[in-house]
Amino acid sequence: MRAVKRSGRRYALAGLAVRTGPDATTAESRGVPVPVRRGNGAHRRRRGEQPMVPEAEFSSYYGRPVIKEPVWRTPDVPGYFFLGGLAGASSVLAAGAQLSGYRKLARVGKVGALGAISLSTVALIHDLGRPGRFANMLRVFKPSSPMSVGSWLLAAYGPVAGAAAVSEVTGILPGAGLAATLGAGLLGPGVATYTAALICDTAVPAWHEGHREMPYVFAGSAASAAGGLGLLAVHPAEAEPARDLAVLGATVELIAKRQLLARLGDLAEPYETGTTGAILRVAEFLTAGALAGAVLGGRSRAVSALSGASLIAASAMTRFGIFEAGMASARDPKYTIVAQRRRRDGRGMN
Amino acid sequence: MSADPAGLAGYLEHPPRMGFFTDTSICIGCKACEVACKEWNAVPEDGLSLTGMSYDNTVGLGASTWRHVAFIEQPVSAVGDGAEGVRWLMSSDVCKHCTEAACLDVCPTGALFRTEFGTVVVQDDVCNGCGYCVPACPFGVIARREEDGQAHKCTLCYDRLGAGMEPACAKACPTDSIQFGPLDELRERARGRVEDLRAAGQDQAQLYLNDPDDGIGGGGAFFLLLDQPEVYGLPPDPVVTTRDLPEMWRHVAIAAAGLAATAVALGLGRRK
Repeated sequence: MRAVKRSGRRYALAGLAVRTGPDATTAESRGVPVPVRRGNGAHRRRRGEQPMVPEAEFSSYYGRPVIKEPVWRTPDVPGYFFLGGLAGASSVLAAGAQLSGYRKLARVGKVGALGAISLSTVALIHDLGRPGRFANMLRVFKPSSPMSVGSWLLAAYGPVAGAAAVSEVTGILPGAGLAATLGAGLLGPGVATYTAALICDTAVPAWHEGHREMPYVFAGSAASAAGGLGLLAVHPAEAEPARDLAVLGATVELIAKRQLLARLGDLAEPYETGTTGAILRVAEFLTAGALAGAVLGGRSRAVSALSGASLIAASAMTRFGIFEAGMASARDPKYTIVAQRRRRDGRGMN
Repeated sequence: MSADPAGLAGYLEHPPRMGFFTDTSICIGCKACEVACKEWNAVPEDGLSLTGMSYDNTVGLGASTWRHVAFIEQPVSAVGDGAEGVRWLMSSDVCKHCTEAACLDVCPTGALFRTEFGTVVVQDDVCNGCGYCVPACPFGVIARREEDGQAHKCTLCYDRLGAGMEPACAKACPTDSIQFGPLDELRERARGRVEDLRAAGQDQAQLYLNDPDDGIGGGGAFFLLLDQPEVYGLPPDPVVTTRDLPEMWRHVAIAAAGLAATAVALGLGRRK
């Protein structure tokens, strides 16, 4: 009955006398917003039958989604977000380690960045409906399209990160290698964070409404993954910048993710329920544990490596969780309709 | 009057903005629009199944469905004798050809473009199937076709417009529920129609996407509805996502600058 009371409207039925006055008090005369929720059986509702579900606070078209679910596939696209973040932040780590004389760590950062960006580019192209037309991404430059900006960023970053890694491993052209290392360190942050704008610049409620916090979640997640790679691959005595990066990144990620969920309010539900909720809780637990491990047990090779591996896994799980939460919010019309109705009613219209 | 998307897109001289006014109050659910669209545009068959959703076995707009007639059955009671009745709502949905079109904004290849008529069209020979337009659309209109991996949607019969003809769906509509013409004229006509309907007791009659100040700058295709938009599967308050993009870029820039500053701090901090 809630729905009926909320809407309080009366249907004017053409060709029949219509009850519109204040005496129109029965539910039937006010009409029932149908089809409601999942639709099945809604049209069979008879007068006097109570609406069963309190979710009938909103109407939808047979429970069909309002927006289209993204066609982006798992693991391609969330994998790309994770690997792109790992690559970009690894270049940050490599540049920092190079300047401060942590040679082994710099090498891990450069090689890791090249490996991650290569894999992520393959994932990205594989996800296209027409992979053969990948080059069309560079046909125009559009700041209104995060994917266009990202394509150009990747086109600049990939070769530079590659040059840094090749020079590091082969030892040729060390001067150019240093320039490439610093260049990749400059472009890497863009590669690691633009993907937040990419998913938020959609009509997907659980992504779009989090657009103020998502870039910090992605930056933190990327930094913790890259720091984790350093902790995993290098002895802790030679990985201090990696520990700094991991601690900073994990802290930023944990805080930003909390703020994201607080901002989303009801729209946080897909992040907190079901398999996706479990994945994100495990990711948070792993990140917090690894943070403690990196800070307290930093001298132990085993603890340090375990913390690093946990951070990498947590970063991947975070991206997959955020991806799936958005997909779920696109599939269920309630996230689109209820939030928009609230916004519209808040403006005093209707 | 209405915004000039074609002028903003760079057409120095262009015809008036053309669009659809779909008056659902006189839709009879014949689906001639769906058939005419499929036939004229050679849109492939995309499923033949019974859904149980009233007379709607088309389900929704998609890569191979550019017109979709929605059927809604609402139980209502007649007055006095207590007899039951059903109010049957029918509405032919289509791409809205938004003034501020998210699909066009986010398309990274330029495959989606603004025509001289102010409409939004996909170029089949450019689209690489990235899929970004699909979740960007606040109405769930555009989609990627499995068979060719590319995005497709209503072109407002760009080819017919170029030859001075009206779109196939409007041509086929037997009741003029689908009206085609210069957008300014359609808006004027729609205002009169909704006033008439309200005066006749249809107090739920409302125009949808006719307002140039709404979240998409008004639709090139707009509607007269007899119930709330969500009853027809339409979003109640759509806002083009790119309105928030400057703020997104600002936060991305701050986050990226933070990461870059971290590199510097790591470089200048501890010394080995």
